Order: sequence, then structure tokens, then C-alpha cells
Amino acid sequence: MIRRLPHVDRVGIEERAAQLGKRSIKTTAKQQGIRLAVSMVDLTTLEGADTPGKVRHLCAKGVCPAPTMPEIPSVAAICVYPQLVAVAIEALNGSGVKTASVATGFPAGQVSLAAKLRDTEDAVQAGADEIDMVISREAFLAGDDARVQQEIVAVKERCGDAHLKVILETAELGSYDHVRHASMLAMEAGADFIKTSTGKASAGATPGVCLVMLEAIRDYADRTGRIVGFKAAGGVSTSKAALHRLVLVKETLGDEWLTPDRIRIGASSVLNDLLMQYAKTETGRYGRAEDFSKE
Amino acid sequence: MSIETRTSIVWDYAPAPESTDHIRLRDRYGIFENGEFREPRDGRYVPTINPATEEPLAEVAYGGPDDVAAAVQSARAAYPKWAALKDLERAKYLFRIARLIQERSRELAVVETLDGGKPLRESRDVDIPLAAAHFFHYAGWADKLRYGVNAREVSPLGVVGQIVPWNFPLLMAAWKLAPALACGNVAILKPAETTPLTALLLAEICQEAELPPGVVTILPGDGGTGATLVRAPGIDKVAFTGSTAVGRDIQAALAGTSTHLTLELGGKSANIVFEDAALDQAIEGIVNGIFFNQGHVCCAGSRLLIQESVRDEVIAKLWPRMGRLRVGDPMDKNTDVGAINSAEQLERIEVLVAAGEEEGATRRTIECELPERGYWFAPTLFTDVSPAHRIAIEEIFGPVVSVLTFRTQAEAIEKANNSRYGLAAGIWTDKGSKAFEVAGALQAGVVWQNTYNHFDPTAAFGGYKDSGFGREGGPAGLRPYLNIVR
Amino acid sequence: MSRLKVRKTYKLWIGGAFVRSESGRHDESDGFNYPRASRKDVRDAVAAARKAAKPWADRTAYNRGQILYRAAEALESRAGTMGVPREEVDASVDVLLHYAGWTDKIQPVLGGINPVAAPFLSFSLPEPTGVVGIVAPDAPPLLGLIAELSPALAGGNVCVAVLSENHPLPALDLAEALGVSDVPAGVVNLLSGRRRELATALGAHRDLNAILDAAGDAELSAELDRLAAETIKRVRHGEAARTYEDATSNALNRLETVTELKTAWHPVGA
Repeated sequence: MIRRLPHVDRVGIEERAAQLGKRSIKTTAKQQGIRLAVSMVDLTTLEGADTPGKVRHLCAKGVCPAPTMPEIPSVAAICVYPQLVAVAIEALNGSGVKTASVATGFPAGQVSLAAKLRDTEDAVQAGADEIDMVISREAFLAGDDARVQQEIVAVKERCGDAHLKVILETAELGSYDHVRHASMLAMEAGADFIKTSTGKASAGATPGVCLVMLEAIRDYADRTGRIVGFKAAGGVSTSKAALHRLVLVKETLGDEWLTPDRIRIGASSVLNDLLMQYAKTETGRYGRAEDFSKE
Repeated sequence: MSIETRTSIVWDYAPAPESTDHIRLRDRYGIFENGEFREPRDGRYVPTINPATEEPLAEVAYGGPDDVAAAVQSARAAYPKWAALKDLERAKYLFRIARLIQERSRELAVVETLDGGKPLRESRDVDIPLAAAHFFHYAGWADKLRYGVNAREVSPLGVVGQIVPWNFPLLMAAWKLAPALACGNVAILKPAETTPLTALLLAEICQEAELPPGVVTILPGDGGTGATLVRAPGIDKVAFTGSTAVGRDIQAALAGTSTHLTLELGGKSANIVFEDAALDQAIEGIVNGIFFNQGHVCCAGSRLLIQESVRDEVIAKLWPRMGRLRVGDPMDKNTDVGAINSAEQLERIEVLVAAGEEEGATRRTIECELPERGYWFAPTLFTDVSPAHRIAIEEIFGPVVSVLTFRTQAEAIEKANNSRYGLAAGIWTDKGSKAFEVAGALQAGVVWQNTYNHFDPTAAFGGYKDSGFGREGGPAGLRPYLNIVR
Repeated sequence: MSRLKVRKTYKLWIGGAFVRSESGRHDESDGFNYPRASRKDVRDAVAAARKAAKPWADRTAYNRGQILYRAAEALESRAGTMGVPREEVDASVDVLLHYAGWTDKIQPVLGGINPVAAPFLSFSLPEPTGVVGIVAPDAPPLLGLIAELSPALAGGNVCVAVLSENHPLPALDLAEALGVSDVPAGVVNLLSGRRRELATALGAHRDLNAILDAAGDAELSAELDRLAAETIKRVRHGEAARTYEDATSNALNRLETVTELKTAWHPVGA
């Protein structure tokens, strides 16, 4: 079956995304925005060198990012490899912060479907609340949309009560047309969230990519009534970038979408920049890295 | 995940006003002639007001007939030396002006917004940078004229009288002055009645650039001043940007004379959306096309022609998108749509919108809070519009878009061309060959494909039919200011 | 008691940095030591230029014009300290200005729309050729170089230049002016040393797109032509520019050498 790609004009989408980056977010709006952004963070560590100790530190940071500023909420979730899910579950017990696990041969996904499903089952059995899977770019780039969707359906089945985020790895798809197409495929196959990137490829959640995906989510919700959430991962490393993504959500989908139930930001270093900018709104001083714990 | 009810989240942008405390406006501005500001001879001082607040900003001298005659005399006296200057030296003055505009850009942007009502984001990001770019571009032509017009020898025309409108005051002044001066002419510029201030700041910049006295004259005034200027003996060329009605008067007034003339007039440009367009980007193009600068744009995409097969989808996306426009204080950096330039213009818009409703079109206006004082009109969409309606024919020059439909490419072209205007058009389609064929068939001087309202000093701009003649921008913009000797 | 001055150490300008020759060799001029560049320095300079080539070409013509203008500003402000007569500096600034004004005019003048006899939109667009090697004349040491550099840069190219053999210091001082203007690292690279040694190394480098030779050395010119043939480099041999007019009256010629014309076709239909 020959694929029909939707039309997205790159110059136009990037102009609109950049234009929205010029919104001036000050004072109370900035504070509220930062708190919202923190509440949407999936605090992430996905390194070969991750150990239980490292994950415990990260969990403590996620539950209480800034002891000196109690109005700063907890993050939405901690995101780890399946091997460390059990550690995170224990460390986060009673805090309300979710445990998300990557699965399906993250990040490249170049393993058999059976292996991807086994990976998912391991994470779910260990107690993960959320599963972040990767689509098969190998199938997508070969034009095999059916296989891309079949894999998502199969993974979703293994998720049980856990919610499923589908990572498109937008940097590898080719164009914005492809990003929109992949977004639709994923939503139609049952994704609970669509996510931009693994954070391991060259580019992540650029403003243009975020805008294309948010528009797809909007059109899908209008057409079917079903709400699919959005996760921006990769490249959102400053407070300014995080607020820009919130503006994109606000002006594409509306204020009611500004909740961690529908929007997540996958990141590690952005959290401290959010805290520094928040502190600046209180003290008027430009901050320094040492003002907050790194983990 | 299903739709849940929740306590509603509201994230408002806090007010983000641009500061004005670094601006110093004089209480009064005289006429800028012979390198200095002077008192009017037979003119008078008139306040210029901020249309968003109705507060006066400064008093400005409007020139009377004696002032016009004196301006022409001083320009004529300055002309020979300017024309005889080594061309690279002329270029250097224009380069200086370009750089000074860049150096004083924030001040110019703030004053432009205060005086005219357009959002600061636009004056900061569009008007002022493009004005500097025009001077920079034409500075580079001054010593390359024979490449620009493919001639072996050229000469300037002499003294040019230039009248600019209130919608892009500084930018239009740059569009006029830069090519005129680059070609070796001297210029008398009459800024618009309601927006003289940035032209007067440009006069200060000419002083800072040490431009020889008399090369540029800034002569504020009203329609009467302009009428006197174009008829003044000693003017070799007139360049006018404004309404078609006044353009006609000027063309009639110059009948039988040898005064050169270029006109950039009104429009009722068609923005055409085909079913194979990148729709979300087309929506942005529609919004940009008619709501940029409150629709106070000669090339505004005021007639939205939608292919019938996607009409409902386009409207379903356009209406909520219009609802997200932020209308209000132009000095707030988050404002999308600012104030209407004057009480007179607001009335004109209201009259035509009322006519639209009477004619049977369906009107929808976005809901937004408008400030108490000042002149405001909320973005408005008319559907069920027929080509015979006044709102489909006459230029409204406000944030009002009229929707018509078409079935085929040929019909789109026919409808788009069925206007006495011919300034601009927009074409939205993902098919390249269609974009180029339609562009070729449209009687419009500027055709935007999959975009709208983009301007560049290198790209010629101007109209067909009642939208005027002559081009501004690029090498084509040199021709109206030169005599080709051989 | 007169104050002892801090004397300048002259260095090569490669990749936006002042570096000594990897060979460690030196020559002398006017009581100063300066680096005698080697073929490895040529290699490094070409690598730096190639790295800078696409980003420079991708900038808007307007932006390139602004940058050349700023280079003129920087040179003007140093006019008294360049070690050449004031007239030569003035002419050099003026040449930079002239070509700053060319950047966004090359396309309309050298390019155009082709009225082909078939339903197609066909246009021809001049684009930068890429990395341009320059062999500057011995004199005038500043203007002679600027006359070759400016059109190449205006056309969107990046440059590696072999400087005047006997008077390289003014050009090395030019590097300081370029360093404080907005010219990106690697767009201009300046090598002092022995002309024949460096020019032949440059001419033999396979990753060079064009050579502008103003040295006025017939034997060297012939050798450069032979070397250029190996990779079909574009070559221009010209006279040393001694005045502003010499540098600018043949602007189109200079610009055409360093641009490639691309013609594209697209159907016009439905």
C-alpha cells in the first residue's frame, strides 16, 4: 500500500514555532510557568553507568527538587531502564511520583518483536507505571506503516494498566511530513502519549517538531474525541526552552492541556535551570550552579 | 486515556510592557530643511497622538504653501553637489544611515508603536530592521547603477517629492529615500498626517550621518501639504504611496507635465487556499495576511478564496485560531493586534463592516476585551460573501477578512483577477507546478506562494491595474529614479 | 626616560586564531620576525576554510554584506597603524565597502530567469564556488590582497591567501582587524612565507575550488595552471590592483570566477 504523506510546510511551521518563542513570560506568569514545567518533568537517567545509588539520588531530587523553595512541586515521573525500575519504585513509594521505564530495545529498537515484548513485560512486572517504547524506524523508513502499528498494538497489550508513550525519534524520520504521519500512526494504534525522541539521537524536541506533533494531537482529538498526551524529550535544556514548549501547548491546544496528565518534558539538566530561574524571580539575582544540588 | 474533568488551569501571560523611559521626544518638531529643524513659515503646529490611548505625544509643524516652496528651493540648491559627489561617497552616507537606524533601533521601534498603534513586536522585528536593510541594500547600488539598470550611462532626475502613508511610516520612508538618494537625487518627504515622528527621528539620523544639508527634507503636513508638494514647480518626480483615490488625483494633477510619477496604491488581494495545501501553515498565512498590522496593509490578503472541498475544514481551524489573537496595548510585547491608526480609519472600517452585514454576509467577530480609550476593532471574519458584495470589492484596510469559495484552479484565477486592484496574492498548494501556473496567471504585482507578507529590499514590490505602477525594491527600484542616458 | 614598547609577535591567521607555523621557521621584515608557513600550514588552512565554507555560504547575502561592512569599519579604525601609506588603507576600506554592497546584487546581475520555449519555470542562480586560494601580489601589500579577497568573500566563498613575500606585515595586521569584526573563524586564512613554496602547495591541494593569482610571476602562473588541471580548478590570473579602480572596475569578471551558475527547471501547470 502506497503511503500518502500529509503536507507540512517546513518554512511555515518553523516561522510559527519561532514566533511563539517571542512570547514574553514575566513575573507571576513566569513563576507559574516554571512550576507547571517542573510538575511535567520526567526526570531521566538512561546511562550504561546507572546504578541503584544513582537512581535513589535522582528519585530524592525528583520528589523534592528544591528544599529551600517548598512551593516547587515534585516532578511527574522518574524515567529509567527496566533493570532499575524496582529501585525507583521503592525509592518513590508514597510520593505520588510515577516510575516510567523505557522498553522495546531502547534506543535503537533494532531487536526482534519478541525481544521488545519481553523487555516491556519485564518493566511492567517490576511495577513500572509508564512505558516509553520506540517505534521501529527500520519499518517506518521502509514504508511499512502496518508493521509500525502492529508493534505498538502488541506493546500496548503487554502494558496492562501502565500507560504507553510512543517515541517517534523524529530526528530519524526525514521531514515534518513524516513526523505528522508517524504521530497519526501512533495515535491510531493506541498510544497514550506520543514522544519526540529518545534523547540519544542528533536532535530532539525542536520547536518545529513539537508544534507539528501538537497539531496532530489536536486534530486527532477533534476527530475522535480521544486525548493523547505529548512528551518533549531531548534538547529542552533551559528554562526558556521549557517555557517555549508550554507556549506552544497553550496556543495550539489551550490552557486546559497544561497538566502533567497530558504534557511531559523528558529531561535531566533542565530541572536545575528551572529552579535557578525561579529563584531569580524571587531574589532578582542571576544564579549559579552551586545554588542547587545536582542530584 | 479518556477525557477527564478537572479544575481548570489558566496560564495567563503577565503584562510585558516595553519600557519607554529611554525615549526622549521633543515637545515640538519643526520642519527639517537644509540640515536643520526650522519653524514653519505659513504652516501650523499640530499635536500627534497615540491612537491606543488618545494621548498627545508631541507637536509637529505642518507645512503650508510657503513652506513647500522653500523646501523645493533648498532641495534644488543642494542637488548639483549631491549629484556630482563620487558615487562611493554617496553610498557611504547611506551606509551610515543604515547603521544609525540599527544603533537606534529600539528607540525607533517604540516611537513607531506609540505614534501609529502597531504592536511593538512588529515595529521591533519587521519595520525597523527592514528600514535599515533598505538603506544598506541601496547604499550598495549607489556605485553600481550601470549594473542595476544595464546601461552605460545614467543620470539622476533631480528633486523628488515623496509622500508616504501611516501604516509603515519609517519603512515607507526608507523605501522612498534610499533608492532616490542612491541614484543621486535629492528628496522632500512628506510623512503621513497621523505618523510624522519616526520620519523626524530619521531627520536627526541624517544630521548624525552628516548628510549634506538639503539632500533630505522632511516636511510634515496633511493632505493639503501633499497636494501642494506634488504640483510644485521644481519637482522632477513624484512618488506616492497611499489610497487609489488620492493616487488618481495626483496622476490627474500631473497630466500634461513631464513630472515622472510612480504610485503604490490600494489592494483587495486574494489569498487562495487549494485543497492540497499544507493546511495548518495556510491558516497561519491567512492570519498573517489579514491581521498583521491590524490589516492596515495595502497588500493584505483581505479576500480569502478557499477551494470548496476544504472550505469547512479551513474555517473550522481558522476561527479558533483567530480567537487566540491577543488584541490590546501595542506596547505589550505579547500583543498580536494593536490599535486602529485613527478615529477616521476606525469609522471607515465600521461603515464597511456594517455594509457587509446589511448585504447578507455572516459576520463573526472574536471576543476580546478592548481598552476603554483608543481606537480598536476586533478581528472579524465574514462568510457567505458574494463577489458582488462591497466587502468583497472595496478595500477595508482593517482586520476584516471576507471568505469566498471556488471549485477549480481556473475559477480561482478568474475570481482572484476579477478586481480593479492588482497588488498582491497568496497561493497555498503543495504542488509546485500549480503554484507556478497560478502565479503566472494572476494579475498581481506580488505573488506569495505558501507564505504571505514577506518583504525584502532585494525583491521588487508594486501593483498592477488600480494598485499603481512602478516598483520598489531590487534593481527594478532604481529605474524610477534614473534617466538612462545611453 | 622613554618607555620601552611591547613589541608585536606576528603570527599566521588560520581558523580564526593566531598560530605559529607548525614548521617553527621564520623570516624577517622591517626588523620583525614573522612565520614562514609550510605546506602543512597550507593543509591546516584549507581544512579550516572547508569547515567554514558551508556555514558562510548558508548565511543570507545581507548578513555577509553586513559582515564585510564591519570589516571595513575595523580597518578604517586602524588606518594609521597598518604600516602602509594612508591612501592605500583608504582605498582598501573603499574596496571592502564596494564589495560589501555587492553581496545581495550578484544574483540579480549574474543570474536570471530563462524564457525557455516550453512550459517550465527555469532560473539560473550564481552560487559560491567554495574554497578559493589567493596568491597576493608583492605590492601593494594591503590593497593587493584586499582586491582579491573582497570579491571572493562577497560571492559567499572562503579564502586561503598567500601574502606578499617581501611585505607581509600589513596583511598580518589586517588579520587583527578581521579578528575583531564579525568574520567567522576559517572564512579568511592568511599565510606569510615564501610565495612559490606556499602557492604551489595551495595550487596542488585537491580540496580547493579556485585560485586567484595576482602575483605577476609568469613561471608560477604556468605551474598553477598545470596544478589546477588535476582537479579542474577555476583559475584567474590578474594584475596587482594598485588603485580602487583597478580593484573594482572589473568587478563582474572577478565575481564570475568565484561563482558557479546553477540552472533549475520546474514545470508550470496544474
